[in-house]
Amino acid sequence: MAKLKKQIRIALRNCGFINPENIDEYIARDGYMALGKVLETMSPEETIEEIKKSGLRGRGGGGFPTGLKWELTRKVDAEQKYVVCNADEGDPGAFMDRSILEGDPHSVIEAMAINAFCTGASKGLVYIRAEYPLAIERLKIALKQAREYGFLGNNIFGSNFSFDIEIRYGAGAFVCGEETALIHSMEGLRGEPGVKPPFPSEKGYQGMPTNVNNVETYANIPVIILEGADWFNKIGTEKSKGTKVFALAGKVNNVGLVEVPMGITLREVIFDIGGGIKDGKKFKAVQTGGPSGGCLTEAHLDTPIDYDNLINAGSMMGSGGMIVMDEDDCMVSMAKFYLDFTVEESCGKCAPCRIGNKRLYELLDKITEGKGTDEDLFKLRNLATVIKDTSLCGLGQTSPNPVLSTMDNFPEEYEAHVKDSKCFAGQCKALMQYIIEEDACTGCTLCVRVCPVDAISGERKMAHFINQDTCIKCGACMEKCKFGAIYIG
Amino acid sequence: MMKIDSVKDLKNLRDKLKSAENLKKATVMVKVSMSTCGIASGARETMDYFINELDNKAIDASVIKTGCMGYCYAEPTIELSKPGKEPVIFGYVDTKRAQEIIDKYIVADEELVGIIPLNFETVN
Ligand SMILES: Cc1cc2nc3c(=O)[nH]c(=O)nc-3n(C[C@H](O)[C@H](O)[C@H](O)COP(=O)(O)O)c2cc1C
Ligand code: SF4
Ligand code: SF4
Repeated sequence: MAKLKKQIRIALRNCGFINPENIDEYIARDGYMALGKVLETMSPEETIEEIKKSGLRGRGGGGFPTGLKWELTRKVDAEQKYVVCNADEGDPGAFMDRSILEGDPHSVIEAMAINAFCTGASKGLVYIRAEYPLAIERLKIALKQAREYGFLGNNIFGSNFSFDIEIRYGAGAFVCGEETALIHSMEGLRGEPGVKPPFPSEKGYQGMPTNVNNVETYANIPVIILEGADWFNKIGTEKSKGTKVFALAGKVNNVGLVEVPMGITLREVIFDIGGGIKDGKKFKAVQTGGPSGGCLTEAHLDTPIDYDNLINAGSMMGSGGMIVMDEDDCMVSMAKFYLDFTVEESCGKCAPCRIGNKRLYELLDKITEGKGTDEDLFKLRNLATVIKDTSLCGLGQTSPNPVLSTMDNFPEEYEAHVKDSKCFAGQCKALMQYIIEEDACTGCTLCVRVCPVDAISGERKMAHFINQDTCIKCGACMEKCKFGAIYIG
Repeated sequence: MMKIDSVKDLKNLRDKLKSAENLKKATVMVKVSMSTCGIASGARETMDYFINELDNKAIDASVIKTGCMGYCYAEPTIELSKPGKEPVIFGYVDTKRAQEIIDKYIVADEELVGIIPLNFETVN
C-alpha cells in the first residue's frame, strides 16, 4: 500500500473532493483562511519572506523563485500595479492548469489576492484561453461567490486592502503563454513577445508593474501560508521544493493527472503510478517540457526529477506535460511532430525562429522520407544551435530541443534513417517495404486483386512479388493475405 | 450572503459548514468527477443516472459534482461514501456500472470488485 502512495497532493488538494461551484465547500476545507491570516496577522514583507523561505519556484516552466518575483514587483514604486494569472496552458498534452481551475478555482483566487496584498496591486487579471469554457464558467461562478462573501472587493477582511479580478480571454496561441506576449495580448496588441528587460515586474500591463504567475504556482500559496514554509520546504530536493503536477500521457496504462514530490524518479512516476507501458511493450523515451523540452531515456529513469536535473539531462520541467513513448515510436518523427507544432505557433517576429524552424522541419521531413544525407545531419545540428542562440523569446530559444535531445540520445536512429533507409519503429511509411515471403506465398492472387496500384505481380499458384517503386504502402495486401506471407521489412 | 469581516467570522462559518458536512456523512454521498475530461467521457449522464435512480429507490443520498480526481484513464470516475465506511473510488462508471453500484454496493451492501485504490495523500 505504501508503494501506491507516491503522490502528495498540494496544488490538487481539493480537486475531486469539493464542488467547485460551491464556495462553502472550499471554506469548509479552510478556504480563504490563508488570506485572512495574511491580512490580519502578517505584513506584506513577512508574507513574501515566508514564500521565499518555502523555496517555491514558478510552475509555468521557467522555475523562477516565486517569493523573489513578488519582492521585485513590490519594490517598484507605481500608482497602479497588477497581478496576473497565466492560464494559457498551450503545451500540447498538458491539462493540469485547466483541471485546477475546473476543480478548485477558489485556491487560485485566494492566492491572487495574497499576491496582490504583497506586491501592492489592486487589480488582478486571469488570462485564460477561450478553449476552456468549463474552466471559465467555474471561475466566473467562483469570482461571484467570492465577492458575495467579501473576499474580493473593498476592505477585505475589514482591512484597508481592496482587490478584484477580471478575466481576459486568449485565442489559444502557444506564444501568448509567454508573459510579455500575454501582456501584449491583454492590451489588445498582437500577441508577440517583447524584449526583456524590462521585466513585467517593472513594466508590464499598461506599462505598470505586473506580477505574472502560473495557475499551479498560485494553487500552492494558501497551503504554504497555512502550513508554513518549513513544512513545505521539507518536501522535495535541495533546489526544488514541494510537488509538481504532471499530465501523464502517451503509452502508459494509467493516463492521468499526478502530483508528486520533487525528487521522485521517472521510473516511479511511469511504472509505479502510471502502471507501466501499455500492452507490455518496452519503454523507449519520455518527453517532458512539451515542445520546448527534450526526451529522456532508459538511462534517465532513476534520475530524481527536479528543475536542475531535468535541464542537465537535456530536457526541462516545462509546465508538466509528460508523454511516454514505447518501442513503436520513431524518435525522428517525434521531433518532427513538435517542430510542426512550433512552426505553426511561432509568432514570426524574428527570422531564426520563423524561417529556421521551418527549415529544421523540412530537414526532418526529408530524413523521415529516407532522403536524408550525412550533410543533413550536420546541418540539422548546426541550424538547431543557431536558432537557440539567436531567437528572441523562449519559444524559439527552446524549439530545437526536441531535435537536439533525440539526436543526442538516439544517434543510431538518425543514422539508420539516413544510411540504411530504415526506421526501427516502423513508423516512417516511406521507409517501410512490404515484402512477400516466397516460401509462404501460395499464389492465391488475393493480394493482386486488392492492391490499388497494381504493384503486385506473379503467376497463379506461384510466389508473387511486390514492385517497391509502385507500392504506396497502404498495407491492404498484408491485411488480406490468409497465409501471413507478407511482412514489413 | 453575509460579508466576512474577520478571521473569527470565517472560522465560525467554517465550523458551521463542517458540521453540516458531517451530517451529510450520515448518508450516502456520490461525488462525480465533472471536469472537461470526465464530461467528455459521459460523466453528466452518470451523474443524472445516480440522481434519478437514488431518488426512485428513495435512498437518502447526495450526489455532488467535483473536479478531476486525476484518473483520466478510467473516466467517468466517482467517489462513493457510505456511512461509517471509508470512501471508495470507482472507475469506468457508465450507466450500467452505476446501476450495478447502486444495486450491489449501496442497496445490498455487498463488496464490489473494481475499486481503484487511492494512490495519493492530501494535505487536508
Ligand atoms: C513559448 C512560451 C509559452 C509559455 N506558456 C506558458 C503557459 O502556457 N502557462 C504558463 O504559466 N507559463 C507559460 N510560459 C512561461 C511564462 O512566460 C512565465 O514565465 C510564467 O507564466 C511565470 O509564472 P511562474 O513563475 O509562476 O511559472 C511560457 C513561456 C514561453 C516562452
Ligand atoms: S522566437 Fe519565435 S515566437 Fe519568439 S518572438 Fe521570435 S519569432 Fe516570435
Ligand atoms: S502495400 Fe498496398 S500498394 Fe503496396 S503492394 Fe500491398 S496492396 Fe499494393
